[in-house]
Amino acid sequence: MAHKILIADDEPNIVVSLEFLMKQEGFDVRVAPDGDEALAQMSEFDPDLVLLDVMLPRRNGFEVCQEIRAHPEWRRSKIVMLTAKGRDIEMQKGLALGADAYITKPFSTKELVARVRQLLGVRP
Amino acid sequence: MKGYERRTGQRLVALGLLGALAFNYPILGLFNRAVTVLGIPLLYAYIFAAWALLIAAMALVVERGRAK
Amino acid sequence: MLQGWVIVLTSIAYLGLLFGIAYYADQRADRGRSIIASPYIYSLSLAVYATAWTFYGSVGRAAVDGVGFLPIYLGPTLIIALWWVVMRKILRISKQHRITSLADFVASRYGKSALVGGVVTVIAVIGIVPYISLQLKAVSNSFVILLQYPEIVMPATVGAVPVLQDTAFWVASALAIFTILFGTRHLYAAEHHEGMVAAIAFESLVKLLAFLAVGVFVTFVVYDGFGDVFSRAAAERELAPMLTPIESVAGGYGSWVWLTILSMLAIMFLPRQFQVTVIENIDERHLNKAIWLFPLYMLAINVFVLPIAFGGRLHFPDGTVDADTFVLTIPMFERQELLTLLVFIGGLSAATGMVIVETIALSTMVCNDLVMPLLLRMRRLALAQRPDLTGLLLGIRRGAIVLILLLGYVYFRLAGEAYALVSIGLISFAAVAQFAPAVLGGIFWKSGTRRGALAGLAAGFGVWMYTLLLPALARSDWLPRSFLEAGPLGIELLRPLELFGLAGLDQITHAMIWSMMANAGAYVAVSLLDTQSAEEHRQASLFVDVFRRDGGGARLWRGTASAPDLHAVLARFLGAEAADAVFARYARAHGGTWPDPALEADADLVHAVETQLAAAIGAASARIMVAAVAKEEALTIDEARELLDEASQVVAYSHRLEQKSRELEQATRELKAANERLTELDRMKDDFISTVTHELRTPLTSIRAFAEILLDRPDLDADERQRFLGIITRETERLTRMINQVLDLAKLESGKAEWNVASVDLRQLIDDSVAATSQLFKEKGIALETDVAPELPLVAADHDRIMQVLLNLLSNAAKFCGRPDGRVRIAARVAGGDLRVDVADNGPGINPRDRETIFEKFRQVGDTLTAKPQGTGLGLPISRQIIEHFGGRIWVESAPGRGSTFSFTLPIGPPHAGRDRPTLAAA
Repeated sequence: MAHKILIADDEPNIVVSLEFLMKQEGFDVRVAPDGDEALAQMSEFDPDLVLLDVMLPRRNGFEVCQEIRAHPEWRRSKIVMLTAKGRDIEMQKGLALGADAYITKPFSTKELVARVRQLLGVRP
Repeated sequence: MKGYERRTGQRLVALGLLGALAFNYPILGLFNRAVTVLGIPLLYAYIFAAWALLIAAMALVVERGRAK
Repeated sequence: MLQGWVIVLTSIAYLGLLFGIAYYADQRADRGRSIIASPYIYSLSLAVYATAWTFYGSVGRAAVDGVGFLPIYLGPTLIIALWWVVMRKILRISKQHRITSLADFVASRYGKSALVGGVVTVIAVIGIVPYISLQLKAVSNSFVILLQYPEIVMPATVGAVPVLQDTAFWVASALAIFTILFGTRHLYAAEHHEGMVAAIAFESLVKLLAFLAVGVFVTFVVYDGFGDVFSRAAAERELAPMLTPIESVAGGYGSWVWLTILSMLAIMFLPRQFQVTVIENIDERHLNKAIWLFPLYMLAINVFVLPIAFGGRLHFPDGTVDADTFVLTIPMFERQELLTLLVFIGGLSAATGMVIVETIALSTMVCNDLVMPLLLRMRRLALAQRPDLTGLLLGIRRGAIVLILLLGYVYFRLAGEAYALVSIGLISFAAVAQFAPAVLGGIFWKSGTRRGALAGLAAGFGVWMYTLLLPALARSDWLPRSFLEAGPLGIELLRPLELFGLAGLDQITHAMIWSMMANAGAYVAVSLLDTQSAEEHRQASLFVDVFRRDGGGARLWRGTASAPDLHAVLARFLGAEAADAVFARYARAHGGTWPDPALEADADLVHAVETQLAAAIGAASARIMVAAVAKEEALTIDEARELLDEASQVVAYSHRLEQKSRELEQATRELKAANERLTELDRMKDDFISTVTHELRTPLTSIRAFAEILLDRPDLDADERQRFLGIITRETERLTRMINQVLDLAKLESGKAEWNVASVDLRQLIDDSVAATSQLFKEKGIALETDVAPELPLVAADHDRIMQVLLNLLSNAAKFCGRPDGRVRIAARVAGGDLRVDVADNGPGINPRDRETIFEKFRQVGDTLTAKPQGTGLGLPISRQIIEHFGGRIWVESAPGRGSTFSFTLPIGPPHAGRDRPTLAAA
């Protein structure tokens, strides 16, 4: 069965690129344009990995990450935080909240894909 | 998941309290009479029947709650 | 015929079978294929509650009291309904802290106090000894009676037999050997005794089947069903009153209620129940099924008690046969050899099951909570320096098993004859009930202190000794009888069975009322007057809030230690191999290797070592050992509290950080600093730069992503290529626009912008803007109305800048306009001393709280359900800069759902003379 990826980002064009990259890898992809929707998709779609933008409307990525880690049944989902905020402090905050990886925008598509594969345990 | 746990916990506590009432004065006194049911003294019949019902209700709460 | 050797051989064969089951289960467990991982086995193992006391004693009590025996089984049924709340919490705590026994649990809760653990152990041992003696009495009596088959002769009084000819002595010795073989194979007390649990579950089945077999035999073979037994009993003048029995129960309803409460507490706090329910539990979910299966077991084993009791009274009307033996003597009387033997085996099951689990539980306590802490404190022994203590630990445990059984035997010789089985059992129940305030208070009430627990335990146990144990000894003539009848030193008020004149109650009720009052009272009162140490406060929080936090214990340690020292301590108690395994696992989880002399001995490692040690020697001893090698800095109570509060917030949601707790520790420490730094940065207005870079990175991200996609995939189909290139182009335009606007805004804000001030005709300007955007409006099918007053005064302003404002407002209106029939209206008139322009749309409107923020930089307010609005988020801030530069005002009026109106004013006539103000050119 294909891995399930949830893309939580509100920037339409970035979503297009992420969706394209993930589908190319053969993953099952869904998109959530805001924090509330992302959490709704957690229960509905139950993704293996979440690409989580920090600056989400309604509920930001940090809050979403906290919420996900507070639910034992979502604990298995990996979280990759994406952000255009490149400060170290934010990166540490993300990791402290339970994110598995923290990638700054703009990202290298190769690195992103490699990171996702590694977290899911998929061989290239 | 959390909701199930809380609900089941509350139902079980309610059953425990119900049982505590059923096996105590004054309810028990109502059955403490020299009457028999199918040859069995009323008090014995009552205690064992109520006990069995209580266990059945607890089983129902625990098992049904999980099935949902 | 049932000769002695048949009985002995059968017993040995049965014990052999038990050992085989245990051995098989242990083998399976070692290979990781547990046979006890089932809720049914778990429920059956809880039935170790039904001992020889149930098997023989229930009938004994029922023959005298009618329903008087039932509260002992009804109580657990009622309390088990609350286990969902109470026992799940105890289970979770015990697993987290790797608790090894009840004493360990209480000690750990009250600041890992060795004293508390020791007191609990002493109470448990003294309290349980009568109960163990009861099992010895039951087994040896049944054996002695069976030997006389088919004659029914009651055993002689114990004192008459020399020790070496006393069956009970040999029973005790056999059980000691058996328990040592069973229970001390593993070193880890917190590890599961899978073999023992399997054997106990099997024994529960055997005793149930044996009892049901007698029950069915007596009720349906000897008599003609339940009705027949009861109607025959009703015909006897002596038995008839027992059919409406509650008045005939000693003490009536009061006694009934107290027995119920007593058994509720016993099912939780008997050391063997704690052992099977908590320590041996391998899956929290097994509790769910046990909640109804275990009461069902108790119901089943009690259904035939009354028929057997009445049957016995009818069989042996002259009272020469002890009612405690009816289960055995009725089948003997009826000459049922096999059934008799089965009953004997059932009774043996009940007794051995109890003795095995109870002595294992008690020996763990004695070793971990009594002997080890004492030995470790004795500097002379220099135990902490000995290289390997594993043998010592096992030796202590084995010695404790022998000692406890020996004590049981001694009690049996001293006091065993004076009481029926049930009374002996109840004395033990009342002793373990003394743990209730400290344990239940400990898991629900954070303020319970170490000294409070000690005071409560001591007071409760003291009263128990005085009102139950001493009278038991007096009745056996080890104390003068006058002690009971006239009170000590002849003081009547202190008579142990009618303390302070409280008369008219049975002995147990009387003792429970006084001991519970003293115990709970002392616990609460001393706790309220006392203050907790940091360690106590930490443990209290970890216990009470176990469901709200997750681990986090490590973060409360502060000090220095060296990894080799810690390794050496662990190796002493677990062996070098096991210690290496622990360190290797720890190093791997923290990205290092072991052995590595440079491995950092941080709080996590210290915590890991202490937890591992606690699993072997209990929390209190582990504390002492770790404290000996790690220099700890004492935390103040405020620091502990602060750390705990912090921990509960951060730790609660990061389960994954159990593995990555080192990163967490660092991160949480830095989080606080980081947050401070962040607020500071805000204050330094550095936010703007950060936001700008963020906004610039967004289009850059799309551009880079698509550029790489196109670069890496030359074979992309043409449509897709076209689409992606389109996105790149648009995002590049957006980037350019943004850079221009950022520069523009920077210039405006710094006051370095160039202004070409002239008299501006707004009417003309509005016409121009409308013309410039007409194409946009036409494309989107939006109706644009203009409503400009015919005569407008000129204003002093920069033509291009005002045009910029107008274009921005119009394009915003077009963007947010209602669909499908959008309408935008632009109006201009003189209002007050100003010229006022309104741009109104019929879009979704703006939330009141956003009306000010949209004029701030990068604060777009879009319809978040769909997508972010296109644009830079700089248009309105720039407009505001421009309008305010000319002394005007810009604002928005709006109601959600009713559209928005953006308005600005510009002053008419000559402007105020200001530093930056333009001078009005001649009109």
